[in-house]
Amino acid sequence: MSDLYDLYQEMILDHSKKPRNRGSVEDATNQAHGHNPLCGDKIRVTVVLEGGVVKDLRFEGDGCAISTASASLMTESVKGRSREEVDRIFSTFHALVTGQKPDVPAEELGKLAVFSGVSEFPMRVKCATLSWHTLQAALDDASDPVSTE
Amino acid sequence: MSTGVRKEFDVSAIRAEFPALSRSVYGKPLVYLDNAATSQKPRCVIDAITRYYEEINSNVHRGVHKLSQDATHAYEGARETMQRFINARSPKEVIWVRGTTEAVNLVAQTYGRSHVGAGDAVVITAMEHHSNIVPWQMLCEEKGAELRVAPMNEAGELDLEGYQALLTDEVKIVAAPHVSNALGTVNPVQRMIALAHERGIPVLLDGAQAAPHLEVDVQDLDCDFYTVSGHKMFGPTGIGVLYGKEALLDGMPPWHGGGDMIRSVTFEKTEYNDLPHKFEAGTPNIADAIGLAVAADYMTKLGLDRIAKWEHELLAYGTELLSGLEGLKIIGTAAEKASVISFLIDGIHPHDAGTVLDREGIAIRVGHHCAQPVMDFYGIPATSRASMAFYNTREDLDALAAGIVKVQELFG
Repeated sequence: MSDLYDLYQEMILDHSKKPRNRGSVEDATNQAHGHNPLCGDKIRVTVVLEGGVVKDLRFEGDGCAISTASASLMTESVKGRSREEVDRIFSTFHALVTGQKPDVPAEELGKLAVFSGVSEFPMRVKCATLSWHTLQAALDDASDPVSTE
Repeated sequence: MSTGVRKEFDVSAIRAEFPALSRSVYGKPLVYLDNAATSQKPRCVIDAITRYYEEINSNVHRGVHKLSQDATHAYEGARETMQRFINARSPKEVIWVRGTTEAVNLVAQTYGRSHVGAGDAVVITAMEHHSNIVPWQMLCEEKGAELRVAPMNEAGELDLEGYQALLTDEVKIVAAPHVSNALGTVNPVQRMIALAHERGIPVLLDGAQAAPHLEVDVQDLDCDFYTVSGHKMFGPTGIGVLYGKEALLDGMPPWHGGGDMIRSVTFEKTEYNDLPHKFEAGTPNIADAIGLAVAADYMTKLGLDRIAKWEHELLAYGTELLSGLEGLKIIGTAAEKASVISFLIDGIHPHDAGTVLDREGIAIRVGHHCAQPVMDFYGIPATSRASMAFYNTREDLDALAAGIVKVQELFG
């Protein structure tokens, strides 16, 4: 089961059991809903965006261990970042979980690098990216819910 | 634990006839418990399809040459086999379709469009697969009709009184699953049909999940339409059957236009062919129709009653085994069930359970099972579902239980 432990690394299990930044922020400036029709997971991300910088964000909704941990670690990694930085991190993260070569060294992703095992489980890529797509929709202030399909 | 059935019902000999069952997954023997999604195929079905292509491949109903005659004979013979399998009165009542989804759409688009108007209603149930919701929703939207949903209780059993209350004069058709795919509930279809017929309302039964498990007798049921999926009953994908009472089918307009469904064509007017060809435009799926008939014969030879008996033993064994696991809850506890066990593991998302079980070689379905309203009813996004066929064993269920314990260890 070694590759299973590549997927479910300790940090992922920890964040899935004790997600950080769960709930919704008061005075949110931006928000969006996300939906993964494949597994039925739904998520909502609320953001306080000030001067193009993510001041605060939270997520709510129940999902699998991968999607919950991904949302939790995402909130930690983008807080205080500009929109451009968020896009850049997501693009690198996306390359990592889909098994492509990231534009920047994976170390730059910090803790997010624990999701490298996802690339061996193609059916689970959408679990890892749902929160990110939802965050992007929130930053775009999209009124329609995003879907991974 | 009775071993009587095992003696007469030799599961290991049966398993040997299904090539896919002997393969391994990630170095572990495959434990295939996703039969409600699709079933594995016996060697005789695979061989029949190969033999068709190797020996008699040609188009049907039009050639004067030997191959075409043989293909037509085999293809129409397959129809007669399916007629006997569901006990239709005549092969004219057996329409080949791609599967149950197409069958429901055919009825919605022909019978439905010519009988359901503004202010009318269609009744379905709370435990529907999307394929028996969306075609009716599309029809109701187009016609300005109302889609009514018969309620079910927490166990996943149809509320017959609630159902009966919906059967007013506006209702032009009832469409219900014989067996629920997400919960395994076997519906009281005879009672449902009788109640609808008292008011002159025809009933379509979605038999996708029933035909692989129970003896289907459309005359005894007295249903007006019945749908069968080939790939769920050990036949090929892309083939299924729509049964309809001849008088109803006769009165319905055709659906797809094209070759084979016509008697004569001029640019001014087309005269349609007789049943069943009226509903079968274009070159049909000849090979898979032949394959499906072989699957039906295979099941008949095994004995539908013996299949049902063995699967009930498996269901009882699996239900007891899984109920005994701490933190596990079974969703769908109807008194009458087919061999489906949908379940939730405390604090663990079905998707994670499915991934871990997969690495153990155990194939189950996780998700909403194309029945999102059923998930909404229980207020859950998804379940894990183990669905058994006659080739499954107690050992398969033991492996599942052991796998679930591993899941709990990893996420506990």
